[in-house]
Amino acid sequence: MAGSNISIDRAGLSLGGHQIFADVSLEISAGEFICLLGPSGCGKSSLLNAIAGFQQVSGRVAVAGKPVKGPGPDRGMVFQSSEVLFPWLTVQANVEYGLRLRGVAPEQCRRDAQHYLGLVGLSHAMEKYPEELSGGMRQRAQIARVLVNGPSVVLMDEPFGALDAQTREVLQRELDRIWRETGCTIVFVTHDIWEAILLADRVVTMTAGPRAGVKSIERIDLPHPRDPADPRSVALYKRLRDDIGAEVNRVLRAQGLAHDDEPAAVAGEVH
Amino acid sequence: MDAANTEDLPLRSSRPVNSRCLDALGATGMYVLSIACGLVLWQVVSGFTSPLFLPSVSATGAAAVELVADGTLQRSIVASAWRIAAGWALGVIVGIPLGVFVGRFSLVRRLLEPYIEFFRFIPPIAFVTLAVIWMGPGEASKIALIFYTTVFVVTINAIAGVQAVNPLRLRAAASLGAGPLKTLTTVILPSAIPYMVTGARIAMGNSFLTVVSAEIVAADEGLGSLIWTARNFSRTEWVFVGIIALGMLGFLFDRVLRVVTNKLLRHYL
Repeated sequence: MAGSNISIDRAGLSLGGHQIFADVSLEISAGEFICLLGPSGCGKSSLLNAIAGFQQVSGRVAVAGKPVKGPGPDRGMVFQSSEVLFPWLTVQANVEYGLRLRGVAPEQCRRDAQHYLGLVGLSHAMEKYPEELSGGMRQRAQIARVLVNGPSVVLMDEPFGALDAQTREVLQRELDRIWRETGCTIVFVTHDIWEAILLADRVVTMTAGPRAGVKSIERIDLPHPRDPADPRSVALYKRLRDDIGAEVNRVLRAQGLAHDDEPAAVAGEVH
Repeated sequence: MDAANTEDLPLRSSRPVNSRCLDALGATGMYVLSIACGLVLWQVVSGFTSPLFLPSVSATGAAAVELVADGTLQRSIVASAWRIAAGWALGVIVGIPLGVFVGRFSLVRRLLEPYIEFFRFIPPIAFVTLAVIWMGPGEASKIALIFYTTVFVVTINAIAGVQAVNPLRLRAAASLGAGPLKTLTTVILPSAIPYMVTGARIAMGNSFLTVVSAEIVAADEGLGSLIWTARNFSRTEWVFVGIIALGMLGFLFDRVLRVVTNKLLRHYL
């Protein structure tokens, strides 16, 4: 499966009279790994939903040159909540779900499911039900369920946000490997700066809402797998932290909770 | 793979089987003890009153033997059980699709909601006379009343079930390639099963209420009519036999329903 390019041109979204984001333009090349980073409520997830086709937006969102009209298996979505796995199906049947919808022969379904469950390291748990798996294993199952459809774009909405730190680190490394093996385009929403540095080709930080937009785009030219102790990683971390810290402070000032001379304390909580 | 052992494994019950057997045995023992105490209390209290007011355990037992000997009790149980089973099954078969359509399609909901909201407050007992006038004193009127009892509870629960489906699950299905029909059959229906089972169980209990009222008004056979005819013969102990038979029949039906649903729908509940 090869990746597709994504083109977002002056996208905007208003919900209930509130302008969530406005005038967002972003060109993502095929096979690129993009992290969307920003303070909560900046519309990162809404932008992801717009690419997925769950959310209609103004402006133009196109994948592989075709405007997005609704959800489809060419753009797989990995959610933060593992509730999206069907609890009445085994892990294998969950992964086969998309294939069966397309009428793929059962034998082929099984082979493909086995392949992708192997890729995410779940070969031993195919017969299990989601409730029998740990949080990390469920997220692996979700990733396999998306990849088996051969999507050209994988959208990930804080997929590791609900996991403990150790499991998160393991899955970040795994995702890095899986991405390079499959070659798909990944758009990954996170509020974790280190996660973005470990994974992304480019990190897109967004300004705080309302009327959120793109604040800065950082290209990360560090070799994979990345080392957080690398001085370049540390320098990058500081830059991104200051970017987001400035946004968080702007929100706090708007709420009358902080002053101009206060350091970006809130962003420091991220790690 | 290297990651598997670093991830937290889900906790599973690891207690030995024989300890669980002991627990089950203890629970059964407690039930037996509780029932025995109740019977003793009943026997003692009945000694202070007349048999017409409160017949003793032994008198009730004798009446049960008598009713079994001439076949009345068996015929009554079969008649009531059949009415409940038939009316309830029909109600479930109609109520589930009805609830799914009402819950899923807003046009259907707007058309049917006034009726559902109106009739849900009218107890089936209010329709007993009408049912007999319209359908005669035979089986049809009783089964129709139990059907009515069941269909509303099941429909309302099925509506709640399809509306409670996790919206993220619907999004996930859509992005895996499911269209509206496939989403309905592969996501919404299975997600709503716990609600439907709850509705069916509540309806089963309500069906017992209805069957007794219906049989009291118009029936030659059935536990309701047994309880009612006892009045004509001043046989209070027959009333007790009827009541106990109803309670045991209800317990049995609920048990069977629970075991069957747990077995067939284990992963949906």
